[in-house]
Amino acid sequence: MPVHAYIPNSDPETKREMLKEIGVQSVEELFADIPERIRLKKRLQLPYAKSEYQVRRDVEAILSRNRTCDELTSFLGAGCWPHYVPAVCDEINSRSEFLTAYAGDVYSDLGRYQAFFEFQSMIGDLVAMDVVSFPWYGWGNVSGDSARMAVMMTDRHEILTPSTVSPDRLSIMRGHCEGLADIKVVKNDPVSGQVSLEDLKSEISSKTAAVYIENPTYLGFVESQCEEISEIAHDHGALFTVGVEPLSLGVLAPPGEYGADIVCGEGQPLGMHMNFGGGLLGFLACRDDERFVSAMPHRLITITTTEQKGEWGFTYVLPERTMFAARDKAKSFTGTGTALWAITAAVYLSLLGPNGLRELAEAIMQKSHYAVKRMSEIRGIKVPVFNSCHFEEFTANFDATGKTVSQVNRVLLNSGVIGGKDITEEFPELGNTALYCVTEMHTKADIDKLAAALEEAIR
Amino acid sequence: MRDTRTTGYHAVSWKEPIVHQLSRKGRRGHQVPSVEDELRAAIGDVISHIPEKMRRKHPPELPELSEPEVVRHYIRLSQETYGVDSGIHMHGTCTMKYNPKLNEYIARSPKIADLHPLQDIETVQGALQIMYEFQKWLCELSGMAEFSLQPRGGAHAVFGNARIIRAYHKLNGELGQRKEIVTTVLSHPCNGGSPATAGFEVVTLYPNEETGYPDIEALKAAVSSRTAGLMMTDPYDTGIFDSNLEEYIKIVHEAGGLVAIDQANANSLLGRLRIGDVGADLCHFNLHKSFSTPHGSAGPGTAAIGASEKLSKFLPIPTVAFDGSKYYLDCDRPHSIGKLGEFYGVVPNVLRAYAWMMTMGAEGLEEASEVAVINNNYLVKKLLKVRGVSLPWHESHPFRLQEARFSLQKLQEDTGIGIAEVNRRIVDYGLQDMETSHEPWIVPEPFTPETPETTPKEDLDKFAEVLDAISHEAYTSPEVVRTAPHNASISKIDRAPSRDPQRWAMTWRAYLRKARGDKC
Repeated sequence: MPVHAYIPNSDPETKREMLKEIGVQSVEELFADIPERIRLKKRLQLPYAKSEYQVRRDVEAILSRNRTCDELTSFLGAGCWPHYVPAVCDEINSRSEFLTAYAGDVYSDLGRYQAFFEFQSMIGDLVAMDVVSFPWYGWGNVSGDSARMAVMMTDRHEILTPSTVSPDRLSIMRGHCEGLADIKVVKNDPVSGQVSLEDLKSEISSKTAAVYIENPTYLGFVESQCEEISEIAHDHGALFTVGVEPLSLGVLAPPGEYGADIVCGEGQPLGMHMNFGGGLLGFLACRDDERFVSAMPHRLITITTTEQKGEWGFTYVLPERTMFAARDKAKSFTGTGTALWAITAAVYLSLLGPNGLRELAEAIMQKSHYAVKRMSEIRGIKVPVFNSCHFEEFTANFDATGKTVSQVNRVLLNSGVIGGKDITEEFPELGNTALYCVTEMHTKADIDKLAAALEEAIR
Repeated sequence: MRDTRTTGYHAVSWKEPIVHQLSRKGRRGHQVPSVEDELRAAIGDVISHIPEKMRRKHPPELPELSEPEVVRHYIRLSQETYGVDSGIHMHGTCTMKYNPKLNEYIARSPKIADLHPLQDIETVQGALQIMYEFQKWLCELSGMAEFSLQPRGGAHAVFGNARIIRAYHKLNGELGQRKEIVTTVLSHPCNGGSPATAGFEVVTLYPNEETGYPDIEALKAAVSSRTAGLMMTDPYDTGIFDSNLEEYIKIVHEAGGLVAIDQANANSLLGRLRIGDVGADLCHFNLHKSFSTPHGSAGPGTAAIGASEKLSKFLPIPTVAFDGSKYYLDCDRPHSIGKLGEFYGVVPNVLRAYAWMMTMGAEGLEEASEVAVINNNYLVKKLLKVRGVSLPWHESHPFRLQEARFSLQKLQEDTGIGIAEVNRRIVDYGLQDMETSHEPWIVPEPFTPETPETTPKEDLDKFAEVLDAISHEAYTSPEVVRTAPHNASISKIDRAPSRDPQRWAMTWRAYLRKARGDKC
């Protein structure tokens, strides 16, 4: 074994010196705790070690087989969206201090605590809530946490949610609440897609812990009866919980202003690359009320002062509440979250500011509405399926073309276009339908290219 | 007279305002992509499409800053953060090993960054190949049959394993009866918290005062026809390997339960012990620990779940499979517990860990384990010479694996200085603070340094010297330690808002409201 570049003490001289100091003849003595009979007796069958240059060449050769959304023109969203990542975001999240830190206290790691507080603050600004937690895995997971919080707080065991909710997130939420709560689906109006208030009223009862909606919905349109839904939930002693895509809040009313008690959402659009789905950032917010704060499963950072005037400090709120201290008595598990993405989101939101965010949300709407317009000019495509206002995603139905979504998408790919997500299996009642996503990244030329390719594909 | 507070080190201290305090109305930090005039003309006003009551009436109170101001602010915050690259960073239970720069370069390639998870598999063959091969390598490393790379942290993987245990008993019609998970108190708290979240009752075993782990008799007494499984960490955070493991597994299996061993921190076992060979049904590895992916200030992490032949059908979907000509996402697994999260986990971390294993090879992995353990035992030897420091279970376990949990009980009894004070003071010397212990503190006044293979001997020497210096201060001038830190980015904080609803403020808007005296 040659001296390894990452292992300073692998040089034989140092090793000998250290073993001598420890007082053993052989390194094997140090492993005495591991019974001999269960030790591995052979060498692992793994590839031979390679030099840095070889590793780079080999990995890049494999990666070159990928064709990215930058090389193609993609209209995929559905929980992971293509947005421009300002160079500053990557610059800051590449800073080795942020990249390689972990669990130090505020005295060694003041900067990351302050960045987390700023993340919490800016998410709070977006959703209009006073309490925001430590960043978590993704929207699906925090929607599960919001459901568990509602159950714990109300001692009721049923969650109602509209049928337009993301099937993936619904399944993750169900998994998170298995054995604790049932998640029941409420009908939506087939024409507008809006929640059927009639059905909601007939399903809600004294068993309902919370009514959970997504806004914009998974299918891209804005749910506009939020105040009514909030009122129905609260009249029955249930909580009103809302999941959001954050950029939409540049133009849409924040949930904190239409009665939400708990808000969750997906922060990937706030400066994270898609990373094949690895750039997700779940956020969770609630009212500044002891009952809610006590039910929060994740760490919460509060601002505080120090012995020196003019210094900000930060500390954890009610640390005994989380799994770290309460173990199996905690409300839900927590742990390593998505801190680097939270720092990045803080950078992103400080760059955009209130005006940038509004302009961005407006640009997204203009472009997606343009795509709707162009696609609706194509005979046979019904777009959008629901006659409500859409933000950046919308449904397109291909029934009248006689083609399936996967047939259409295959032809599109030949023209270098990635069509919308095929949701035929997720929503069989919608027929041959795809979910398209258009953001600020798409130019008019991209959208025109899509329209031309679609014409070709359905011919 | 020399100021006893000085150590020759001082952290950066910018007294940086909160970003909102830096805001100047009208400034801009980013120009968003423009909308073509022609497109704008074709569409007209879109805001009017939004139903009136759903329009945002007041812009969010986000700060307004220019790009250079944003960059300076966050660069300053990064300078006030202590990473692995910053210096001596031996925060235990976390395996703070060096994160190779090559892997970072690779993970940030646009060839992975700009991939959408729902692209046609023909366009993502490279990503899938790496995931597939990495799953296979983990099988070889652990002796397990199959792996899922989906969980985004260790507690998530343990939650996944608890749900697999649930699914197994459900399929056998025994879930109604098997409601208990047995764990050990020296296991990571998620071995209690995650199964509880999955709906289990948790029975926690405590260590024997002499051996450092539970007696076989205690486990036998805890295991019954109600037992769904045993979920525990081995080796423990004390660096002691629970050598009853094989026997525990046998007992639990005989009672019809399953066994999941938390291998989050497997740095001392690489190439030396495969948990699948010992008979575990499930395990997980944290790529952000033993596999050198960066901790990212607390994530995103990745924890890979390994399952035995018997349980692999329950793994989360999708796993990555290969049909001889192409790699694909296998969703056709009817017994799967479903998705633990959206998509496929933190794929860039898989890429980093893949590159790391390629760099190390089998011999390199063994060498990493061996040197990590040498480092730890070298440090044990040095720290036991420090006045006021002791190592519980030293007699029964003089040698430890990846780390060791020491006690400052003697120091505290002698001087009134315990771990809280020492941990503030150590920062004054330019070191990262120390892991104390997960709760509950079985070891009084605990501290747990961990010495990955990437730690030079000189760092170990320096660490021991600093602890010796602090111990000396505690015995001779305790006030210096009690009032620490003196050379950190900030001085001692007021922790009272931590449990005062009138004072805590998790957002700037809440802080301003409370400072004004407004109600919620």
